[in-house]
Amino acid sequence: MSIAESLILIIKEEMAKHDVHVLKSVKLEIGKLSAVVPASLLFCFSIMTKGTNLEGAELIMEMIPLKATCTVCGETFEIIDHTFICPHCESRDIETIAGQELTIVEIHAS
Amino acid sequence: MKIPIVRNILEANDRIAQENRKFFDKNDITVLNLMSSPGAGKTSLLERTIDALKKDIRIGVIEGDIQSSHDAERIARKGIPAVQINTGGACHLDGNMIRETFSEFRFDELDLLIVENVGNLVCPAEFKMGEDFKIMILSITEGDDKPTKYPLMFRESRVLLVNKIDLLPYVDCSIEKIKKDALHINPHLIIFEISCKTGEGIQTWTDWLKGEVKLNKNTW
Repeated sequence: MSIAESLILIIKEEMAKHDVHVLKSVKLEIGKLSAVVPASLLFCFSIMTKGTNLEGAELIMEMIPLKATCTVCGETFEIIDHTFICPHCESRDIETIAGQELTIVEIHAS
Repeated sequence: MKIPIVRNILEANDRIAQENRKFFDKNDITVLNLMSSPGAGKTSLLERTIDALKKDIRIGVIEGDIQSSHDAERIARKGIPAVQINTGGACHLDGNMIRETFSEFRFDELDLLIVENVGNLVCPAEFKMGEDFKIMILSITEGDDKPTKYPLMFRESRVLLVNKIDLLPYVDCSIEKIKKDALHINPHLIIFEISCKTGEGIQTWTDWLKGEVKLNKNTW
């Protein structure tokens, strides 16, 4: 709910900035490790935009896989089954580089 | 027309959390964000922790609940400052709610502020509030599949307290599995096994916490 709220605030701000009034779609990047459940976000977004100029806009959510770089051997790899251990050298010192996104990347409006 | 944006949806909260962080640093206070599902034992852990540390450390508590001031009353009975936040439906605390409590505390009289988040294993992990670190409780009655079901919270936490170990003989739950899965998600996680009911393991935890608060203090 708060995520939908924050999202709507940003969309409204950007629409005002670019002087557009009807929202067609919004593109989001959602990391696989984020706490967002796409169906819930869709549901909250549709309820909260009812009767506004955002109503009916499509939410396009791209799920971003969880990736990390090993700080020991330098390999980059995808984290599968929540195992945050380097599959090449078995080091536990890894840095996640993708998969926690909660980003709005584009809006389509007129 | 297509408008490229690239903004973090939670940027407003992250900004407030950063401001809170600066405020806490300036006041030389260690801040913990305590998370768990409902009924895992957050308030009982606070009571145990306060009893063990209040002679040495000046503690304050923020209690987050959807409704009621039941938990803050339990904590206030221990004779320490406690402020209740009622989120009125929201399933987590955020940076702004924490900021709004600032006027209720005398921060020059505190070393440690513990924020008890709303009971929920999902959303609280996503919303920063300006804490030094996150800690979480998992009680064995919730089952040993929780780390793999809710990985974000285990990944974000520095400490995992496995509570209600006095019930182990009666529950189908493997602490070894919890530890193994949690350490896969977060190899640096510090794990304590405790029972808030019997007091088992509490001292190991409170000794560790006392050390952390001291480390954080510039002028101890």
